[in-house]
Amino acid sequence: MSQPVIEIRNLNVGYGLGDQGVRAVRDVNLTLHRGEVLGLAGESGSGKSTLAYGMTRLLAPPGVITGGEVIYHPEQGDPYDVLSLSDSQLRKFRWNETAIVFQGAMNSLNPVHKIATQLTDVLKAHEPKMSETQRNARAREMLKLVGIAPDRMDAYPHQLSGGMRQRVMIGMALILQPQVVIMDEPTTALDVVMQRQILGQLIELRERLGFSVIFITHDLSLLVEFSNRIAIMYGGRIVEEAPASAIYRDALHPYSKGLLGSFPALKGPRRELTGIPGSPPDLKGMPSGCSFHPRCPKAFDPCGSEIPMLENRPDNRSVACWLVNS
Amino acid sequence: MKYFLQRLAFYLFTAWAAITLNFFIPRMIPGDPVQALITKYQGQLSSQAIDSLYVLFGLDKDAGLWSEYVSYWKQLFSGDLGLSFTFFPTPVSEIISNSLPWTLLLVGITTIISFFLGTGLGILAGWRRGSWTDGLLPVTTFLSSVPYFWLGIIAIYLLTGPDSFFPSSGGFDNGLVPAFDQYFIPSAIQHSLLPALTILISSVSGWILSMRNMMVTVSSEDYITVAHAKGLTDRRVAMSYAARNALLPNVSGFALSLGFIVGGTLLVEIVFSYPGVGFQLFQALGASDYPLMQGIFLIITISVLVANLLADIAYLLLDPRTRKEG
Repeated sequence: MSQPVIEIRNLNVGYGLGDQGVRAVRDVNLTLHRGEVLGLAGESGSGKSTLAYGMTRLLAPPGVITGGEVIYHPEQGDPYDVLSLSDSQLRKFRWNETAIVFQGAMNSLNPVHKIATQLTDVLKAHEPKMSETQRNARAREMLKLVGIAPDRMDAYPHQLSGGMRQRVMIGMALILQPQVVIMDEPTTALDVVMQRQILGQLIELRERLGFSVIFITHDLSLLVEFSNRIAIMYGGRIVEEAPASAIYRDALHPYSKGLLGSFPALKGPRRELTGIPGSPPDLKGMPSGCSFHPRCPKAFDPCGSEIPMLENRPDNRSVACWLVNS
Repeated sequence: MKYFLQRLAFYLFTAWAAITLNFFIPRMIPGDPVQALITKYQGQLSSQAIDSLYVLFGLDKDAGLWSEYVSYWKQLFSGDLGLSFTFFPTPVSEIISNSLPWTLLLVGITTIISFFLGTGLGILAGWRRGSWTDGLLPVTTFLSSVPYFWLGIIAIYLLTGPDSFFPSSGGFDNGLVPAFDQYFIPSAIQHSLLPALTILISSVSGWILSMRNMMVTVSSEDYITVAHAKGLTDRRVAMSYAARNALLPNVSGFALSLGFIVGGTLLVEIVFSYPGVGFQLFQALGASDYPLMQGIFLIITISVLVANLLADIAYLLLDPRTRKEG
């Protein structure tokens, strides 16, 4: 196993404080290794986006990080905790080390500025020594990299299609050559053909540039194909984490199995799609014990009263379920 | 450019329609200036005197609406707005050119100050919401719902008096002759302070409120989160991303309010007996002075149209989405 880039330790993120608050991310431990694509899957409201916003400190109020550490390992130098950086250190860290591609391809670009301005203002903020010609050259290069004609530099966002906008965002994310790129449902707003194209391109770019990716989606089938490891979230906790192929072949947690049963396989015999009965838990009134137990077909004695912990297993995977754990 | 010409043609048509209405409306108001004079002198005018008044005002000809309409247009193009009835035989154009600078300076300057001050405070209040600036809001909501003239009456009641620094009416001290000298200018400024403050206080809150609300709306846009994630300085995100987008509705509001400078503060001028266009209009209305009314309406109409055109142009410059290609 290669070196870790980001280690999330006991991260807790909530919305609001006190009695009114809800805990959206609970005691999450997750490690992203260098050069790896880590998939993060789960239903809406499972806390995957909150986790991404929390670890980058981008949560808008009333979101608050209530505990934990996010240890970042830079290429050179000592690891540090992102959550304890000062404002100016955080500004330097952002985009330089960790870039993010957001869900809303349509709204991620500022409508009143040209693409060029939005690409180069990152450089202006992070590399003040660059000259204007250098900045423009770099922006052009990034557009070429993501397959957009560099003459679209002077276009405004509304003149580009959704797919092009998302590619501009990916180009923008890579402009400072970050170690980590977090993708929060980057292709959800796009059609299936465009999804493929963009993901293919992303994988190619990743192989060329060697950054690590945290890929957040509710589409487990995409993850099985594109990621090295997958973490499944439910009710703010990670319930299973394993290599992608292992999850696909043999998911241990009933929730993971449910997710896998919710989409058709491309090959193999026809089978009935099962889905998961019930709906995601209300964060304000979490079920006792394992938060999945009211929907779990295999729930038994301890599930309703005790919370199963994520336990490491010898085969490089971990799962939080009383069926598997002792 | 084609778009611009289209707009221009539209405004020319609107101007024609407005001028035509402007011609007809005063003629539909019951009563005529001679009747008004008769009432003024409480029937002490002989019938001979009444006849000669009709001849004097040119109301004896009974020329028919159409020929009056044609000659109205002819006069307009030669810059002749007719003679005022009340200030007979002063030309209307002279009365307007005497009162216009008062209004333009008083209301023009306060409108501009009010816009910049209000927008600036609005940006601050919207960006730093949750801080002390939220305390401004109830005050601004209250002030924005107070009518100008009422505030003016209160101001006169509370702040003026025999020993007060603030004069209660007029545009300059009696006994001074309008001229750019060291006696007249301080006096004019002193007289304008109270009406200016009245307008400023009641109009600035509108700008603050609308700008703050737009800032709050824009702050939740995805591109703001992206801008934060890019590690740009808070100031750059606030100005170039949030305020730049939030400004758009306010700018068109501003251009429109420029159009209402000429006629929009009629009541303030009446309350303070300020020698501006609004006060003249008030007097003209009382005396059924058609030519003066028409002249003032014409000026107001044209200024509103010009302001609309300015708003269109400003929008074209500020929002790339409104620009049409080709």
